[in-house]
Amino acid sequence: MAEIILDMKNITKTFPGVKALDNVNLQVQKGEIHALVGENGAGKSTLMNVLSGVHPFGTYSGDIFFEGKKCEFKSVRDSEKAGIAIIHQELALNPYMTIAENIFLCNECAKNGIINWDYTNREAKKLMKKVGLIENSNTLVMDIGIGKQQLVEIAKALSKNVKLLILDEPTAALNDEDSNNLLNLLLELNAEHGITCIIISHKIYEVIRIANKITVIRDGMVIETLKRGVDEFSENRIIKGMVGRELVSRFPKRTPNIGEVGFEVKDWVVYDPLDDNRMRINHVSFNVRKGEIVGIAGLMGAGRTELAMSLFGKAYGRKISGTIIKDGKELVLKNVRDAIKEGLAYVTEDRKTAGLILIDNIKRNISLARLDKVSKNCVLNDELEVGAAEELRERLNIKSAGIYQKTGNLSGGNQQKVVLSKWIFSEPEVIFLDEPTRGIDVGSKYEIYTIINKLAAQGKCIVIISSELPEILGICDRIYIMNDGRIVGEMNKDEASQEKIMKCILESTKK
Amino acid sequence: MEKHKDLLRHNIRQYGMLFALIAIVLIFQILTGGILLRPINVTRLILQNSYILILAVGMMLCILTGGHIDLSVGSIVAMVGASSALFSVRMGLPAPLSIFLGLLVGLLAGMWQGFWIAFVKIPPFIVTLAGMLIFNGINNIILNGQTVLLPKLYITIASDSIPDFFSGNGLHYTTVIIGFICSILYVIVKCIIRTNKIKNGFDVNSKQWFLGKLALVVLIINLFTYWLARANGLPYIVILLTVIIAVYSFITNKTVAGRHIYALGGNAKAAELSGINTRRVMFWVYANMGFLAALAGIVFAGRLNSASPTAGQGFELDTIAACFIGGASATGGVGTIIGAIIGSFIMGIMNNGMSIMGISTFWQSIIKGLVTILAVAFDVISKSKAKAR
Repeated sequence: MAEIILDMKNITKTFPGVKALDNVNLQVQKGEIHALVGENGAGKSTLMNVLSGVHPFGTYSGDIFFEGKKCEFKSVRDSEKAGIAIIHQELALNPYMTIAENIFLCNECAKNGIINWDYTNREAKKLMKKVGLIENSNTLVMDIGIGKQQLVEIAKALSKNVKLLILDEPTAALNDEDSNNLLNLLLELNAEHGITCIIISHKIYEVIRIANKITVIRDGMVIETLKRGVDEFSENRIIKGMVGRELVSRFPKRTPNIGEVGFEVKDWVVYDPLDDNRMRINHVSFNVRKGEIVGIAGLMGAGRTELAMSLFGKAYGRKISGTIIKDGKELVLKNVRDAIKEGLAYVTEDRKTAGLILIDNIKRNISLARLDKVSKNCVLNDELEVGAAEELRERLNIKSAGIYQKTGNLSGGNQQKVVLSKWIFSEPEVIFLDEPTRGIDVGSKYEIYTIINKLAAQGKCIVIISSELPEILGICDRIYIMNDGRIVGEMNKDEASQEKIMKCILESTKK
Repeated sequence: MEKHKDLLRHNIRQYGMLFALIAIVLIFQILTGGILLRPINVTRLILQNSYILILAVGMMLCILTGGHIDLSVGSIVAMVGASSALFSVRMGLPAPLSIFLGLLVGLLAGMWQGFWIAFVKIPPFIVTLAGMLIFNGINNIILNGQTVLLPKLYITIASDSIPDFFSGNGLHYTTVIIGFICSILYVIVKCIIRTNKIKNGFDVNSKQWFLGKLALVVLIINLFTYWLARANGLPYIVILLTVIIAVYSFITNKTVAGRHIYALGGNAKAAELSGINTRRVMFWVYANMGFLAALAGIVFAGRLNSASPTAGQGFELDTIAACFIGGASATGGVGTIIGAIIGSFIMGIMNNGMSIMGISTFWQSIIKGLVTILAVAFDVISKSKAKAR
């Protein structure tokens, strides 16, 4: 039996209202490639953040032993010193610096604060060779592709004498060729330099290809650890572990009353706002009936948010084409204001950065999208505004000291209710809800679902984007599955299951 | 009572500023041996700071949109002064027309900057830095480096008081009467608003609180006009300032446009996704700044009695400091017109008080700088404490 390099014991981590990790135990042997799999929000990234000191010692309970020593990392710097390097999904490179500068950022080859550039470049070249990066070490990082940037991150980790390398979704943003190269590199580093790896990935087939062990995490708990050669290593087996939970009644009951098609999108195409040649939404067509709740399932980066935002008055993307039909009439939406006027609403994915004005109070947030309703000749009518805010606060059961409380001081669930109030106040007929229950506790989730059901009962067209499959299955009447900017499947509620959706996504990825 | 405590806590910054102003007044009243609050000095204080007050109102709006500043206001002040000389003296146009044209020049300058900021998305700092250079250049080209005397109307606006229709012995009766009328109007309006609110079933403050506040405001208005009456009477500029403060307070508090400005500064992305045309807001905020800078330019030219090539130097810095002292947040979304006014008065009283005391301008500069830092530090610390709570 090989030496155990990492031993995480009874790790529990709670965020306000949510238990992200519940008594997690993880053992990693020296020299192995250990994969962590699980649904979005299962707790994989949180676990790695605990390990690497992003969540400092003291904010979680449990013990971490690295190379037999107990660790109390207070910051990422501490864990790096011990030989643990984490490469996040969003790369942490400075685009305006050269490859060599980035590799040695915060770890400069310097004497008395003066950088030895000859030495830096020589060492950088050595490391670049190690990771198979063929570029001039003085090239700016912004000028190389994302696949190569990933290699720079790995070279940076190697420069710190890394013993344990953690990669969070390393291939999520890469094309097939780059992904393949990266996986080969990992195998090579593992075999030749004995670097232990933990890899988090949604792409199960990749995991099966390279991992020695696979640990399945679900709802903040370790479900099982599969060993190569001992256990069965197949997609079906792993997906079963990922989603095999019983669905308790976390969703309010509802009898759908579905009418005719109220909202339809045809042949919708959107290009990346930063890259004219990158198609983000690829000829998408879908429809929503009145009183129907339609879900859009998919992994992060599938283009769901981009789809909703581009439909919402072109709030995202460039070179947008396609048709939007509402109630049999074609809509031309030039900006967000047009979209609101035509009865569209978009509840943002991230309420803190794009949904609310946190320094403003509840009342001001609720009226923001429809100030015309509480004003006359552009002069605000305080009474109308207060009345509307009071009514919605009551109706949606927003727990606060009053409508004058700052939204920044509310809990996640109540913040989300304020956002919903704001859009209910805009009197929409088509509502897009992007991750409507992200980061809020189970009780508030139930309340949010109830609100959504009520809106549907009023005959509104509702589109829900969610990365939590149980949620999609629990509340939607019909489900579209998106991957890589395309709609790759459509299922009715009764025929859909988590396994089927996962399979649909995975199969469309392989092609 | 709970409610009052709550009210006080939420507005601590606002009240804190007011207390700071009162403290500074008291300190300088003592240090200057009572000269600071003499009627004639109070009048002087207002006249001296009138243009900074006007600029601070516009600057506050710029800062509200996201902590952006306008560095060009000093140059616009100078350019509008020079344009006034061009229109009224060289071209011989009547003074009212030349004032109107001067305001137009400022508005155009503001629109020019607003265009680059809002539609080309160049950072305001850079656009207004360029504006500072451009408008200063135009000013010098017009004046050719010379100082030009201006018509009487400019001086009247900037320095004169309204005529007294009653002959008083050392007391300007008209001013006292105006103060009296204003306070009656204030009481009537407030009472109507309150009864309407009660009628429609809205929460109002307790009766004692309401009456107390009313009495205090009436007292302040009358004391103020009485004080002015003991000097030369009500200056025209006070009327102008009152109108500006009232109009802009109304815009920021009670109109859709005002709400859009706060929303943009509070969270630009959320504002955009709520259907606010953020570019248009930015454009008009800077256009408005140009307009108010022009107004300040006319007042300042009147005060100097002339258009001067060196007019307006450093005004932008005094104005920006006044806004931050007055409670503007460096990241935008927080601040009030009244705050800007209080901040300007804190700066103005320090200037005036230290000048009376005969402190050198170099030391004055150091002290003003320290006060600015302290005011913002107070803001930052109280905010981080509020978060911890």
